[in-house]
Amino acid sequence: MSLTEAPPAPPSQPEELRLRKPSTRKRLVPYWLLLPGILWLLVFFALPLVYQASTSVQTGSLEQGFEVTWHFQTYVDALREYYPQFIRSLLYAGTATVLCLVLGYPLAYLIAFKAGRWRNLVLVLVIAPFFTSFLIRTLAWKTILADGGAVVDVLNTLHVLDVTSWLGWTESNRVLATPMAVVCGLTYNFLPFMILPLYTSLERIDGRLHEAAGDLYATPATTFRKVTFPLSMPGVVSGTLLTFIPASGDYVNAELLGSTDTKMVGSVIQSQFLRVLDYPTAAALSFILMAIVLLAVTFYIRRSGTEDLV
Amino acid sequence: MTQQQQTAGGDVRLAGISKTYGSFTAVQPLDLTVPQGSFFALLGASGCGKTTTLRMIAGLEEATTGTVSLGDEDITDLPPYKRPVNTVFQSYALFPHLDVAENVAFGLRRRGIKSVKKQVADMLELVQLGDFARRKPHQLSGGQQQRVAVARALINHPQVLLLDEPLGALDLKLRRQMQLELKRIQTEVGITFVHVTHDQEEAMTMADTVAVMNGGRVEQLGAPADLYENPRTTFVANFLGTSNLIEGEVVSTGGDLVVAAGGGKLTLPRERCSAPTTSGGRLLLGIRPEKISLAHVDDADCIAAGRNRVTGRITDSSFIGVSTQYVVESPAGGALQVYEQNIERDTRLVPGAEVVLHWNAAHTFGLDAAQDIDAGASSVEDAE
Repeated sequence: MSLTEAPPAPPSQPEELRLRKPSTRKRLVPYWLLLPGILWLLVFFALPLVYQASTSVQTGSLEQGFEVTWHFQTYVDALREYYPQFIRSLLYAGTATVLCLVLGYPLAYLIAFKAGRWRNLVLVLVIAPFFTSFLIRTLAWKTILADGGAVVDVLNTLHVLDVTSWLGWTESNRVLATPMAVVCGLTYNFLPFMILPLYTSLERIDGRLHEAAGDLYATPATTFRKVTFPLSMPGVVSGTLLTFIPASGDYVNAELLGSTDTKMVGSVIQSQFLRVLDYPTAAALSFILMAIVLLAVTFYIRRSGTEDLV
Repeated sequence: MTQQQQTAGGDVRLAGISKTYGSFTAVQPLDLTVPQGSFFALLGASGCGKTTTLRMIAGLEEATTGTVSLGDEDITDLPPYKRPVNTVFQSYALFPHLDVAENVAFGLRRRGIKSVKKQVADMLELVQLGDFARRKPHQLSGGQQQRVAVARALINHPQVLLLDEPLGALDLKLRRQMQLELKRIQTEVGITFVHVTHDQEEAMTMADTVAVMNGGRVEQLGAPADLYENPRTTFVANFLGTSNLIEGEVVSTGGDLVVAAGGGKLTLPRERCSAPTTSGGRLLLGIRPEKISLAHVDDADCIAAGRNRVTGRITDSSFIGVSTQYVVESPAGGALQVYEQNIERDTRLVPGAEVVLHWNAAHTFGLDAAQDIDAGASSVEDAE
């Protein structure tokens, strides 16, 4: 046998041992699943957003048509003219959000831990108002808070209105057409959006953690402060966002329950678009509101340390 | 023993304690004393009331009747956060939002202790988790979580540590390792451990004293070896290991008891019978499978006189390494279990062979025949 003979060729790999790459079709499945949602967002969110952005830097009039002139002054003017409405919007939405949290947390806690077999019934009751139109429910508050109605009478008798009037929330024994009425309406309308996420995150907490905390010398109050509340933070954050963001852009409550002095920025945008027909200002106002909300939300999420939510 | 008596001030005493839920009685009125510094196990199948008993000591469950005291102090009405006891929960119940160090420090902080760093580090060292202080519970394995749970309870130097099936979620090998670990820690810190388990092997390996519970009451209480050798009820006989129970009629009560069963006569020492005996009465004879020797029927003459003997036929045999387990069908008592060490195997001992079972009469124990002969037998199969 000669020494120069070539070594035998390595045996070819058997078919089964070769690593198979997932087929192209399989790899594309997630994208196909995304497609309907992406299309929807593109057509009904991204495109209108671009369209509004371009509107906001146009000038012109309804008769002569609008043209893109990169007129950023609209933003400055809009902010200068309507800053009270912006401040009011944030103030009312913020107050309503805090009220929702204060009213909603105990109820969510009750449903999650104490309701027992009544749990589903109470949950249905929380959602029940949605079976009636948003407008009708808000109009009903007009009746509830009407001058000379039972609520106002009681508040009057208890001299609560004297205090709230002094604070500027109500005016001379009236509730309707005051900031308080608007905040009441906002709180009422957005309360379920607070309760449901709170309930979901509270319900997920393992009851044995409460026992463990009690076993480790935590009083019920401390257990709430150190265990329950921190673990419900995801619910608190998503609840406040789901309440604050729509509430700050809302105009129905301000329109129906408030007066010209309680107009929120939503009302202004609505009237600029539909009555004044000043589209650039309306679009600019929308973008300013969006920017403010985005900034506030980013700051809030950073502060509450739940970045993993977003 | 003497040491325990000197420090009897910290005993856990349950007096007439019971728990009912509506019409269901989870724990029958129960008197129990756990001596300070002992490793005490509550053993029983699920639903026997052992966990409820433990939770009543912890204060997580309110006793329907009776009192719980710790030393001289009645703690029945104290809420859990005021009791000097800590619990290692079955599911560990670690706080998911806190890291390992903060979990361990939780109890100290609640009692207003400011500088916890050193203690936490020492405790994590004791459970060998020093490098894991900044991890979150979900980043740990089951065994590590279990050790965090132990550390979190032990750091408070409770008078009593309650363990609720703490090893139930671990696989067999890890469980054995943690048993030794817990035993080591208990010896090291000298705290009273009350351990709830359904695993009779675990209870026997770890505990000084075992209370076997069944149907909400304590069937028998004693040292593991004592319970194993001298069960007083069929439940204990079957639940702790395996027992062969043979029913027979007492024919003689002079000196050793003589019982007629399956055509033969069996004797047992009088002091090993927990049931009242009268001539002509029924009695259950018990014998552990490993105490029985097996001889082929041809060799029956070689069996020493004075030993108890029973004839039968092998119906099944399984080789399990250290020993061979035979099932012998016998006219005396149905299917009898025999464990033979694999030293000198008799090749004739195969299924179908006629054999004689014989054992030292002193290894026989007697039980009241009025009981369910199978009590506790199926629970063992469920647990394993």
